Amino acid sequence: MIKKRKSWMSLLATSNQSDLLNLWEQKKIKVNYVWLRTPEIGSIMAQGRMGVTGDKFNIGEVTITRCSLKLNCGTIGHSYVQGRSKKKAEISALCDALMQTKMSKEINKNIIIPLEKIKKDNKDKILSKAEATKVDFFTLVRGESD
Amino acid sequence: MYVAVKGGEVAIDNAHSWMSEIRRGDTSIPNTSLDQISEQLTLGVDRVMSEGSLYDKDLAALAIKQSRGDLIEAIFLLRAYRTTLTRFSYSKPVNTANMTCLRRISATFKDIPGGQKLGPTFDYTHRLLDFKLLAENESPISPTKKYNDNKMPHVLSFLNQEDLMQNEKDNNLDPIDITREPISYPTSRSARLQALSRGDEGFLLGLAYSTQRGYARNHAFVGELRIGIVDVELHIPELDFEINVAEIILTECETVNQFQGSKIEPPQFTRGYGLVFGQTERKALAMALIDRALRWKELGEDYSGAPAQDEEFVISHCDNIQATGFLEHIKLPHYVDFQSELELIRKIRADAKVNMKR
Repeated sequence: MIKKRKSWMSLLATSNQSDLLNLWEQKKIKVNYVWLRTPEIGSIMAQGRMGVTGDKFNIGEVTITRCSLKLNCGTIGHSYVQGRSKKKAEISALCDALMQTKMSKEINKNIIIPLEKIKKDNKDKILSKAEATKVDFFTLVRGESD
Repeated sequence: MYVAVKGGEVAIDNAHSWMSEIRRGDTSIPNTSLDQISEQLTLGVDRVMSEGSLYDKDLAALAIKQSRGDLIEAIFLLRAYRTTLTRFSYSKPVNTANMTCLRRISATFKDIPGGQKLGPTFDYTHRLLDFKLLAENESPISPTKKYNDNKMPHVLSFLNQEDLMQNEKDNNLDPIDITREPISYPTSRSARLQALSRGDEGFLLGLAYSTQRGYARNHAFVGELRIGIVDVELHIPELDFEINVAEIILTECETVNQFQGSKIEPPQFTRGYGLVFGQTERKALAMALIDRALRWKELGEDYSGAPAQDEEFVISHCDNIQATGFLEHIKLPHYVDFQSELELIRKIRADAKVNMKR
């Protein structure tokens, strides 16, 4: 469960805002909920490691929006999403909550799987374009040889 | 006696109003949208994010538009905005070994697992103006090729295996955060890397170039340069587990430099490290060279008095917002200060004339 929840929360967090909004609005899902924490825009400090494997250092900040809400049935949804869209944070928290309810199949089919596909297609595009720029070396033999 | 001078409000308002009008330019030409900036001036956006030290493409595009393309002004806007944000937390260190690489090259080894991938680069172009771009609505499509999604290990990790490369150990030290505490000297490598990662590209470029020309000799090879997307993992306190909260583009550069060895260590290669937001390879490369030059003390090398070895000089001057703030403030009225200078020089000259007559 935790593994799955991590996976859908990560997907929602890193999704493109307009992709998520489109998918959500297409389904016209009506849910009642109360805010536990209204959407708040802030940042996190991204860290790296010196020389890849060494000690940590701070690279710079990334904008993040977070919120938490509770469905009428009592299920709690959280979101921490990239960017400054309060709407994206709200929909992500709703999806997080609904994925824990009996609506999970519907949300998975109409939101999570399509987002996964978009993500996979983007990655495919980058990797296949990068592959096309891969260098094939050939060696020119110089001098005498026998 | 101090005389405060007021005035100029109307002049300032009108100046700003005119600036806004000029920013819009000829109104018969379509207004630039933020999408156009973030999609088509991507490297400018990346520079603003890196030096603004805030990864947010939309805000960087807005800042570029607002600043009329003056990137240092745009960086200033982003830095100012950054200070208004609540800091939720720190991420887990990004794992660049899992990067989805757009570009990955090594100048030290030809045959590397995963191969040399040039990516979307200006390298090997002839730097000739391309008049085809004058024709609008160009939408070129580049080729694709079947790939295997194998791991792309860091090239220098192979040298690690033979112990030919100095191992970068995780000592579990907490890094300094220069946005939370002012830098005091001597400082740590973590503070230096943070300062360099958001430092001015031009300043870093000039300093890195100086090391190549002999001011702090540290002949560098580019062991590896990679650009791509990495996941940013964050611990969610409410749930007590980690999620990928963001995907960011980073440029990472590792240089290989010689090391003479010491009484206790045999000679070994050492590393300079650059890691910067966005597709910013000139800066990441410069950062790696400067990082290496600044490590002289830790590696027991001589201090040759080169600017790039002087951490206080480098770190205190690499921030273009600090620099421009101090530089540009002298444009503001200094009437009273100057009045005192004026009176002083008149008095000194009057005294000097009297003395000369004697």
